[in-house]
Amino acid sequence: MAADTTLDSLPDLLADLDRPTIESSDLRTEEMLVNMGPQHPSTHGVLRLVLRTDGEMVLEAVPHIGYLHRCAEKIGENLQPYQFVPKTDRMDYLAAMNNNHVFALAVEKLAGIAVPERAKYIRIIMAELNRIASHLVSFGTYGLDMGAFTPFLYAFREREYILDLFEAACGARLTYSYITIGGVTFDLPEGFVDRCREFLDYFEPKIDEYNRLLSYNHIFTKRTANVGVIRAEDAIRWGLTGPCLRGSGVKWDLRKCLPYDIYDRFTFDVPVGLPPGGEPPVPPGMPKARVPPGVVVGDAWNRYFVRVIEMYWSVQIIRQALDQLPSGDYRTKVPRNVKLPEASVYLEGENPRGQLGFLVVGDGNPIPYRVKARGPSFCNLSITTHVCRNCLLADVPAIIGSIDVVLGEVDR
Amino acid sequence: MTPEEIARLLQDTFPDAITDVAMGTPQPYVVVAAVRWPQVAYFLRDDPRLGFNMLRCLSGVDRPAKNELEAVYDLIAMRPADAGPDAYWLAASVFAVVVRVDRARPRIPSVAGVWPAADWHEREAYDLFGIVFEGHPDSVEDHDGLHPRRILCPDDWAGYPLRKDYLFPIEYHGIPGTTEYEMPNPVH
Repeated sequence: MAADTTLDSLPDLLADLDRPTIESSDLRTEEMLVNMGPQHPSTHGVLRLVLRTDGEMVLEAVPHIGYLHRCAEKIGENLQPYQFVPKTDRMDYLAAMNNNHVFALAVEKLAGIAVPERAKYIRIIMAELNRIASHLVSFGTYGLDMGAFTPFLYAFREREYILDLFEAACGARLTYSYITIGGVTFDLPEGFVDRCREFLDYFEPKIDEYNRLLSYNHIFTKRTANVGVIRAEDAIRWGLTGPCLRGSGVKWDLRKCLPYDIYDRFTFDVPVGLPPGGEPPVPPGMPKARVPPGVVVGDAWNRYFVRVIEMYWSVQIIRQALDQLPSGDYRTKVPRNVKLPEASVYLEGENPRGQLGFLVVGDGNPIPYRVKARGPSFCNLSITTHVCRNCLLADVPAIIGSIDVVLGEVDR
Repeated sequence: MTPEEIARLLQDTFPDAITDVAMGTPQPYVVVAAVRWPQVAYFLRDDPRLGFNMLRCLSGVDRPAKNELEAVYDLIAMRPADAGPDAYWLAASVFAVVVRVDRARPRIPSVAGVWPAADWHEREAYDLFGIVFEGHPDSVEDHDGLHPRRILCPDDWAGYPLRKDYLFPIEYHGIPGTTEYEMPNPVH
């Protein structure tokens, strides 16, 4: 594989520097520790990386996390589940709907609460809209990291439409707490379905525009192609999930492989990382996408591209959910002090960043005995040291950006 | 494989290591003796019938009533589809393993060599529960002995916040703690 030769050839370069010849001793540099963060624009939050550098080479990168630790799990074992839903918003704050969704599913599975059909469809619509919004932020800020300012403005223009839809449904624009135990907090407002369809029709052609604007941009591909290559085995061993795993060519998505909620009722496809010339699946009628030369399966560019193509399929899922949306109740009446049985449930859902898991342990009280959140960003970030070994300093923001972490979820 | 088949296979292969089996619950699991756990872990990963190649989650649970600390390992076996690279991977099996240790001396051998994903999870479980994972690749030594480096709390933090008998600090480096605000005592 081309990736391996590139990575393996770098240590030799350093060995050459150590050789005691007159020419190279002039080039000899000293090892230096550099702090990147916790306040650094390209670390997307309070992430601190300690880099051991030799000139422009990064020999080792060690992430230090915990600056945003709020002990959400301790709070979780002191509140009733419906009171804990707002805390899940604040984990991955760019995908609050998805967090609410997975936590609600875990508690409902433990307590045996049935959810009305209409609520199930509303949840899917909201989760997929939030997936688009989250991927838009990821797309925009990754462009920013790589020195492209314009795509960020385009992405936030579109995200604004989604936030308006969320605001109409629940009143909040970032921390929704809309999906709750037993259903959703309010029914869809009047005209929501039409406005949502209007947005999808407006948004779908824009994805090709993003590709032409950023994905195929020569400078952008030079910065991200063949950078931070993660092999499929390594991705699995380190517990990577979501676009980071799929970017390495593993066709794995919980919505397809271990369907939860009602995802098995929709037709959609999931893109994976491809070699140059590969064509990821796009919905019929949309312009074909093509992987540019120089790209390697598992590199930063592929991780980024998987997110862009996923937005196409989220649009398809929302369209189908809007078509099938039944009438009826939007919430079952759940008594305030519903007792959680003496058992435990571990449930994972596919979040924009990977698989979010909740372990909820009950002990016969209405308050859970233990709540554990497995954040996808936490697991995805743990591969940083492995990937950022012997890379260039300028590649570190490219790699961190392509892993796409939200520190609120890493630290919880 | 179904959880029942996995449990039977494990019991046949390690009759002395599997101390308890809980099936028919939403999260079926077996309890493994701490000293035998790495052996069982390698078997779970490398046996072609099982092939648990991903550690999804490691959660600590404190049970002072039983004087035990639990580490819950959630595993999944992901397998490429026979139909070719364009087909979805298969979730061959999903399983959980529980390792229970004494609260006074919580020591579990590290499995970071089996699944590198365990590295950060074990650091978190030490940080919040004080479970010492022996042989962890990122260990430090202090008054508490050799243990994994803390990950979420600062290195000089005292105590393990998710233990049920944890007392909130009165102050930390001059920052007043929760008692200043007369917070009610936590339920758990």
